[in-house]
Amino acid sequence: MIIKTAIITGFGINAEREMEKAFSLAEAAAEKVHIQDFMDSPALIHNYHILALPDGASFGNHLGAGFVFARMLEKSLRAELEKFVASGKLIIGISNGFQILAKLGLLPNLSGSCSPEVALIHNDTGVFENSWLKVSFNKESRCVWTKGLDEMDLPIRHEEGCFIAVSDAVLERIENDKLVAVRYLTRNPNGSVNNIAGITDTTGRVFGLMPHPEVFIFPENHPKWSSEQILEAEGIKIFRNGVNYIKENFS
Amino acid sequence: MRTEIYYKNPQLDGRAKRLLEQLKQSVSPLINNVKIVDVYITHGIDQLTPELAKKLFSDTVAQKPSIHTPAAFKKELADAEWRYLFEVAYKPGVTNPAVITLKSVIEAEIGKKICDADVILQTAMQYLIESPALEKNIVEKLKRVFFNPVVQVLEFRDGGLDALENHPLPTVYPYKVVQSNAVIEKIPIHQMAEKELKEISEKKFLALSLDEMNAIKNYFADENTARARLEAGIGQDATDAELEMIAQTWSEHCKHKIFQATIEYKDNETGETENIKSVFSTYIKKATKELSEKRPFLKSVFHDNSGVIDFDDENLVCFKVETHNSPSALDPYGGAITGVLGVNRDIMGTGKGARPFFNTNVLCVGEVETHESKIPEGLFHPRTILKGAHQGVKDGGNQSGIPTVAGALLFDESFIGKPLVFCGTGGILPYKIAGEGSWIKHIDAGDFAVMAGGRVGKDGIHGATLSSQAMEEGTPAAVVMGDPMTQKIMLDFLLEARDAGLYKGITDNGAGGISSSLGEMAEYCGGVRIDLHKCPLKYDGLAPWEILVSESQERMSLAVSPDKIEEFLELAKKRGVEATVVGEFTNSGFVDIRFGNERAGLLSLEFLHRGNPEMRLKAEWQRPETADIPLPELDCNVILKTLLNESNIASKEVFVRQYDHEAGAGSVVKPFTGKNSDAPSDGAVIRPVLTSKRGITVTHGICPRYGDRDTYNMAACAVDEAFRAHIAQGGNPEYAAILDNFCWPDPIESESTPDGKYKLAQLVRACKGLYDAAIGYSLPLISGKDSMKNDAKIDGKKVSVRPTLLISLIGIIDNFEKAVTTDFKDEGDFIYIIGNTNGELGGTSLEKLARMNLGKAPMPDINNAFKLYTALSKAISRGLVKSCHDISDGGIAIALAESCLGGDLGADISIDMLPGTDKNTETARILFCETPSRFIATIKPDNIKEFEDIMHGYSVCKIGSTTKDPVLKITRDRNYVVDMPVSKIAEAWKREDF
Repeated sequence: MIIKTAIITGFGINAEREMEKAFSLAEAAAEKVHIQDFMDSPALIHNYHILALPDGASFGNHLGAGFVFARMLEKSLRAELEKFVASGKLIIGISNGFQILAKLGLLPNLSGSCSPEVALIHNDTGVFENSWLKVSFNKESRCVWTKGLDEMDLPIRHEEGCFIAVSDAVLERIENDKLVAVRYLTRNPNGSVNNIAGITDTTGRVFGLMPHPEVFIFPENHPKWSSEQILEAEGIKIFRNGVNYIKENFS
Repeated sequence: MRTEIYYKNPQLDGRAKRLLEQLKQSVSPLINNVKIVDVYITHGIDQLTPELAKKLFSDTVAQKPSIHTPAAFKKELADAEWRYLFEVAYKPGVTNPAVITLKSVIEAEIGKKICDADVILQTAMQYLIESPALEKNIVEKLKRVFFNPVVQVLEFRDGGLDALENHPLPTVYPYKVVQSNAVIEKIPIHQMAEKELKEISEKKFLALSLDEMNAIKNYFADENTARARLEAGIGQDATDAELEMIAQTWSEHCKHKIFQATIEYKDNETGETENIKSVFSTYIKKATKELSEKRPFLKSVFHDNSGVIDFDDENLVCFKVETHNSPSALDPYGGAITGVLGVNRDIMGTGKGARPFFNTNVLCVGEVETHESKIPEGLFHPRTILKGAHQGVKDGGNQSGIPTVAGALLFDESFIGKPLVFCGTGGILPYKIAGEGSWIKHIDAGDFAVMAGGRVGKDGIHGATLSSQAMEEGTPAAVVMGDPMTQKIMLDFLLEARDAGLYKGITDNGAGGISSSLGEMAEYCGGVRIDLHKCPLKYDGLAPWEILVSESQERMSLAVSPDKIEEFLELAKKRGVEATVVGEFTNSGFVDIRFGNERAGLLSLEFLHRGNPEMRLKAEWQRPETADIPLPELDCNVILKTLLNESNIASKEVFVRQYDHEAGAGSVVKPFTGKNSDAPSDGAVIRPVLTSKRGITVTHGICPRYGDRDTYNMAACAVDEAFRAHIAQGGNPEYAAILDNFCWPDPIESESTPDGKYKLAQLVRACKGLYDAAIGYSLPLISGKDSMKNDAKIDGKKVSVRPTLLISLIGIIDNFEKAVTTDFKDEGDFIYIIGNTNGELGGTSLEKLARMNLGKAPMPDINNAFKLYTALSKAISRGLVKSCHDISDGGIAIALAESCLGGDLGADISIDMLPGTDKNTETARILFCETPSRFIATIKPDNIKEFEDIMHGYSVCKIGSTTKDPVLKITRDRNYVVDMPVSKIAEAWKREDF
């Protein structure tokens, strides 16, 4: 079965190539699609099983990272995106992609009406940081992308990644409903509440995270590959999970 | 309408927290808190109601909007009673990328395009400072932190809410740029006397010499010119547009006149005098030419926007390094980000268009410890320049998705007048595009000249000519501001158009704007007609000549054939990129400039590109006196600790971690390595093609202080440094190419430069050193750039940079899995030193510390080092070398300390038998001299025989082994001369106080 994945590009998204590579290593048929093409013909998204929103600096991160891109999607594509998710298909957003999904209200979408409930604000350090750290996956999470995963080293590369919820009640529901898919383990690099690094929506099919599995797709991406034995590029496991889910549910 | 956005819980604003820390440290500990408000100013859009503005501009989860009441009055911000308010907005005409986004989001929301002329869109940043009353000079210092008068305007309130109530903030900031008349001025240059010629050059900031003005006069006075102009109906007088175009094309920045000049070089050491016809041809080009058979991977050298070499059978890689010194001195942030995006465009404009895939960056600034009082009026403190330029480099790379993989930060008192900002970018392009070699530009008469990207404004007018002058007070601000988002959108479109074969030739618009880009492209077919009136403008009020030379950013010039133009323009529209036909390529032999029905210029291409008079200059070499004095007995432990903490040697992790260095997933060797990822790498290894085992190495060499003794040594050492770092990482010794970037003080003797002959001799000697090293290592030069006026004149005092040559290397590593890093790997490995230790201390870090002349500068053994490198490279490719670190600043002691830190391991070292030294060599000289061509490597005990066999016949010496006990111990005659735990090494080396 061919797992069709659309890697969204345009308006300052800039990590489309590595995202495409990650999905193709996970044996999906990945294809870059300019977001304008989807905005012009929204129904086109249903030709794909998976939508992937890569990292970038969409609209220069002005007015807040991911904010303007989300406004654009809301205007032209939100209804189709909701249908897409409801039909059992998958969405992943990494870093800027996560920020877009959060600002669009697709994550965590507790209300079911896509209103923003969480945000990724300026790191509490106030600066951009690129470094590797350990994350742990929540085994109880319903997120299909992180199924069976335990711990992993991944890089972070962001300036606005501090996860907050609009209210304590929302945070409580996110925790109680097991929507937290991944947390920072060794250290919290940005001040995120409860060390949250990534969450899923209530369906478990939409996933957003700040760390970058798409740049741990070769053992040599790992900063210690020359001194320790890195047997596997673990980032791929996340993409493989997504692909396998589609295989199991759509063939 | 002013919409102000603030955090619901200001304590969550990481930006403000960071700013507060900085202000407490660098301005005053009395400052208690800082809060930040984002301000959006919108006028003239009826559909944009306050309700809609609130929704559009604020993140409802974290922020709150305020429209009618200033946010500064809101309880979240006012509770703790702020005392000072600073609000900063951009001056009219300065590109503000946030406004471009603002416009997009409003347009998307209201469903129609906004006409720029009818609306005002501005953004501002507001800072609320909670503190007691501060002294006047502290307040002034605060102002300097928040605002740069060159590009910004400031609103300041002292006295909290009352002050704001009495003096509300403006509802709009000045937005009108100074208008010029759209007329063409005629200048009867053919009749002018010398005095008038001089006046014209000065008045119009042409930066042309009298010789050059005379050449222009002669061209216009010439019969043939006069006849051609008469026939064309343009008249014999020169137009302002023509003079501007000539001035841009002939500027030192574009024409490299000093590198082309005939130099009479007198060497007082040998007593000989030689006439050098162009140091560029004689040394740089010649080296590459002589190596071209031996190094068949060269594809396109010197003439294009970057140098191009083969990567594999299917791809080429290219590399270019530019400087952006003058703009960064005026506006460190804007100058640096524009530098990064500008060199990205050089890559996009190489051949038929390449895709940038890595950036490098070298920033040179004055010493950060410099006392404020020592900073000349009108110049920024090195710390301010560093902070701004670093942010510019960070945003330029990070926001474009181009990893910043290598580079350096250099501190030297000579950079206090002008910082050096080197921005490099590497690109990749498929071997063939539309059936033709991708490195070839192909332009035919009849092709349309198309401008794509941003619009034309008054940005950066005279950038090329200004950078060819010393900076003086009153220099008009030619500042441009790059916008990564606009450029990324353009890049996406261009690659799509390239792969669909929609254009034939492309070049970037940098210095000189379309006057340079179209003028250069015209050389491929023999002429061009430029229709200035068709260029899309940011706003009204540009004179034709301003359109011609404007340096507005994010623009490319292209040649599109008539049968593709429709498709090209359609795709541009679909991708949201403005593309406009602004002329046509011809074979007329002329640059024909039109403005509507008016003739704005008609210049012969031949004259424009080859009509400038050759410069004749004099150089005289007198070797500075120096003597190798014996060193007294020194406590090497103390020196090591001091050097580890020295600004040039200390860790730059606080800056480098802010660069995204692994975008693209091709990262193999990162800027920091080792157990805790905190030890320095020698350079970068990255993979441009994720399906190939082949990788590339990127390294730099720069050592300006060696030039104090002899720039010949400096140049040779810079080449060696870049090359040995390539070797240390596992690079193929026969597969690398280098770039040269010269940043010199004015080397032309004059009243203001009485030592011009010496400085020019330094240039000649650097070129000689560069040539000899390039030939010795068989390293072809593929591209370069020079910046020759790095002086500042303030209060009549001249501050010149040390002559500086940056060498940047791009090389191949055949299998990236064999790459080697600098960190010690396991205890019990044997430590080797490779290469002779010759004891030179001139220009070294130790000399800088000692503040006295310590003799000869280091010099590589360029006749023999290549063989040594080839042997080492063989050992590395066989997997015998577990760690390898090149020895550079601070000598072997520093290299050992860094490798220990990386491995979190200790080392037991004896320096009794170090090759090149004897029992009389002082210990400090052995430990800290900076002889090039040396490495520290570790070998597993099982492999030492094979290693030693391969290295047989070369200077290689086992000096100790790694230890589990994390202490660096160095003995001489069984006495400990260094005994330092890794924790102390880390403590000294990891600096955050820049």
